[in-house]
Amino acid sequence: MKIRFNLNGRVVEVDAPPSTILLDLLREELRITSVKRGCEIGECGACTVLLDGKPVNSCLILAPMIDGKTIITVEGLAKDGELHPLQEAFIEEFALQCGYCTPGILLTAKALLDINPRPTIHEIKEALVGNICRCGAYQQIINAIIKASQKLRRT
Amino acid sequence: MRADYVNIVNTHIVPVKLTYHAPKSIEESLRLLANYRKKARILAGGTDLVVDMKLRRKEPEHIISLKKIKELDYIVDDGSAVRVGAATKLRTIEKNKIIRERFQALYEAVRSIGSIQVRNMGTLVGNICNASPAADTAPPLLIFNATVIAKSLNGERTIPINKFFKGPGITSLEDNEMVTEVSIPYPPENSGSSFLKISRVGMDLAKVNVAVLVKLDKGVVEECRIALGAVAPTPLRISKAEEYLRYKSINEENLRVVQEIVAEEIKPITDVRSTEWYRREVSKILVRDAIKLSVERVKK
Ligand SMILES: Cc1cc2nc3c(=O)[nH]c(=O)nc-3n(C[C@H](O)[C@H](O)[C@H](O)COP(=O)(O)OP(=O)(O)OC[C@H]3O[C@@H](n4cnc5c(N)ncnc54)[C@H](O)[C@@H]3O)c2cc1C
Ligand code: FES
Ligand code: FES
Repeated sequence: MKIRFNLNGRVVEVDAPPSTILLDLLREELRITSVKRGCEIGECGACTVLLDGKPVNSCLILAPMIDGKTIITVEGLAKDGELHPLQEAFIEEFALQCGYCTPGILLTAKALLDINPRPTIHEIKEALVGNICRCGAYQQIINAIIKASQKLRRT
Repeated sequence: MRADYVNIVNTHIVPVKLTYHAPKSIEESLRLLANYRKKARILAGGTDLVVDMKLRRKEPEHIISLKKIKELDYIVDDGSAVRVGAATKLRTIEKNKIIRERFQALYEAVRSIGSIQVRNMGTLVGNICNASPAADTAPPLLIFNATVIAKSLNGERTIPINKFFKGPGITSLEDNEMVTEVSIPYPPENSGSSFLKISRVGMDLAKVNVAVLVKLDKGVVEECRIALGAVAPTPLRISKAEEYLRYKSINEENLRVVQEIVAEEIKPITDVRSTEWYRREVSKILVRDAIKLSVERVKK
């Protein structure tokens, strides 16, 4: 089945069986390996991507469901070789240990800051309910998101 | 029949040959349904269906996706009821001002579902069509006396929500029917509503969930509606308790009687999430707290 969608600013067209899971399409076919495989039932958030700007679990999506849509992964965050302020803040605040949850959390955080440039700690926690960090770096993650929101407001 | 163990193995893929249909109108999807019947499944957000396919609990050969049917994505306030289309996302519902202000129990139930990711995909109609006894939007829809609009090529049916659930995973829909809308009448004046739930962790289905609506007249209960989920094969209203409270005032003694009636009327089971005993005990507490909370909200 032919599926056309916008991936990180480029239009891609793939021919995949309709039972293909988006997570597999991205990782195995398109080599977008920032999208991580975790629980595969929508609970951990490692596979989060932005679908038309909103965070969703790519493990719960059949490839044909994104036909005509826009997908953003971490590969689409940096612009012209410059890291996104969220990425900078995550590095500066050491907001990770193993880094497995990081791509999903960056995207969830981007979606949050897009609609709420000045989130409270409570709002950040609420936004991150669907992203598990097994290393328990939550405190640093929250600090990094606050720092990124400040950076973004300055620019 | 499959051996039970198959149910707990995540195959990580959809292990069946699928045909994916993306109709652009209700009419077209009804034709597909009439054609494939039991071999087909409607896909709204897929947050239940895709998991069920990976676990081989459901093995449809045809997927009829609602993704391209624009006429199903709406929330309309017609002055006496709010109507929600079958493709409307939970996240859209939780951000709707009328839902937040006038249908508090529904607002709280929707907000309690999964994560933002899940609510960006999942729908209200998918939540009830999946017919889990623990579906969080069921108790609020029950206390608001919602109606479900189902369509087939033969026409349209209006199903009161209390006639919609038939058992775990079973609804009163025929296999050529799909739900196009849920219509939720405005709650009465001088009423307040609330939703409470207990679950193991934030991202899990409820052990017990409760929705209550109370309408007061000069401090006396004129009407009380109580619904619970995850304590019987279907979500249910507890009319005996509702009648008991009618024309009474809210005090500890009356609440204790209501609690006992609720505990008698429900039929909880023991499963991975909770024991029968705990469900019964916690139901009493949730009902009492939800009544009190609803009463507080009347005054505002
Ligand atoms: C991580 C996670 C957490 C969750 N947490 C909760 C929770 O806290 N509380 C809760 O209640 N649920 C929870 N769920 C379950 C699920 O997200 C909800 O039930 C959701 O509302 C389902 O909607 P959907 O649009 O994704 O349904 P789908 O998966 O698309 O459909 C569900 C079922 O309904 C049928 N169906 C859908 N639309 C129609 C229609 N218009 N007509 C006829 N049949 C139809 C489908 O064929 C399918 O059988 C969770 C799920 C996940 C993955
Ligand atoms: S892999 Fe998708 S949520 Fe865990
Ligand atoms: S940094 Fe290891 S899971 Fe979050």
